[in-house]
Amino acid sequence: MSAHSHENCQALLGTLSEYIDGELPADLCKEIEKHLEGCENCRIVVNTTRRTIDLVQAPQQSEALPDDVRERLFKRLNLDTYLREKLSNGQGG
Amino acid sequence: MINSTTHEFSLEALRAGDRSEFARLVDAYSAPIYRLGLKMLSNPQDAEDVLQNTFLNALLHLADFEGRSSVSTWLYRIASNEALMLIRRKKANFSIEDMQPEDSDDEVMPETFVDWSLLPENELLSEEGKRAIDSAIKHLPESLRMVFILRDIEDLSIKETAEILNLSETNVKTRLLRARMALREKLSAYYGERNPRKEKE
Repeated sequence: MSAHSHENCQALLGTLSEYIDGELPADLCKEIEKHLEGCENCRIVVNTTRRTIDLVQAPQQSEALPDDVRERLFKRLNLDTYLREKLSNGQGG
Repeated sequence: MINSTTHEFSLEALRAGDRSEFARLVDAYSAPIYRLGLKMLSNPQDAEDVLQNTFLNALLHLADFEGRSSVSTWLYRIASNEALMLIRRKKANFSIEDMQPEDSDDEVMPETFVDWSLLPENELLSEEGKRAIDSAIKHLPESLRMVFILRDIEDLSIKETAEILNLSETNVKTRLLRARMALREKLSAYYGERNPRKEKE
C-alpha cells in the first residue's frame, strides 16, 4: 500500500460503500469522481468492489426453493392443503 | 430477494391463526430464508433446519408479535438467530481446521490492484467462478457474513439490517465495508490470475 496511501484515497475508502450504493450527496460524489480521474488504484477498487457486489447478487436472484425442501416445510407446518393447491395451480416454488 | 413493498400481509389474520395467510407468508419468505441458511452454514441440511425452525418459531410467537417492526424484519430476525445458534452448536464439534479467523479491528486496506471488472460475465460466473465466490463468502467471519448476506444478497437496507441484527446503523456500515473489501480481495486474487492486464505495483 505504500504507493497508495495519500489522504484522498483514505477518505474515499471511508465512504466507498455509500458511494457505490448511491447514498452520498451530489457534491461529494463529484469530488470523489474528480479524485478517481487521477487515481488508477482507487478506480480499480471502486470498479472491482462494484463488480463483486453484482456478481454475488446475480446468481441468487433466480434461485428458487427446491421443490422437495418446500414440500417438507409445508408438511412440517401442517400446511399440506396449501402446498397441494399451489402446486396444482402451477405456482409452486 | 424480497421486495417488501410487493408483499403485504394481514397481521390481524396471521395473529388470529388464519392458515391461508400463514401459507402465503411461508411462500413469500421461504426462498430467501433458505438462502440465508445456505450462505451462513454452507450445508443444505442445516439450511433446511434453519428454514423449518424459523417458521415453527414464527408460528409459536405470532400471537406475541406486536408489529413494531415489519413482518419481514421479524422473520429475518428469527432466521438469523436460528442460523447463529446452529453455528454455535456446531462449533462445539469443530476441529481446529474449521475455525474461522475472528472478527478483528484491522484496517480494511485494499492490497490487490488488478482491474478484472471488465472480464466477460460468462467467465466471471463460470462454474469455477461461482465456486470461488461461494468460497469467499463462506470464509468471511460470521459477523461480517450475516451483514453482507442481508444487505448485498437479500438487498435489504442498512436500516433493516440494523434492526434485524439489533446493531447500530454505523456498526452495520462498518461491517458491510469490511465484508465487501475482504470479498473484493479474495475475488481479485482469483480473477486477477485470469486477467491479461498486469497488476499495478
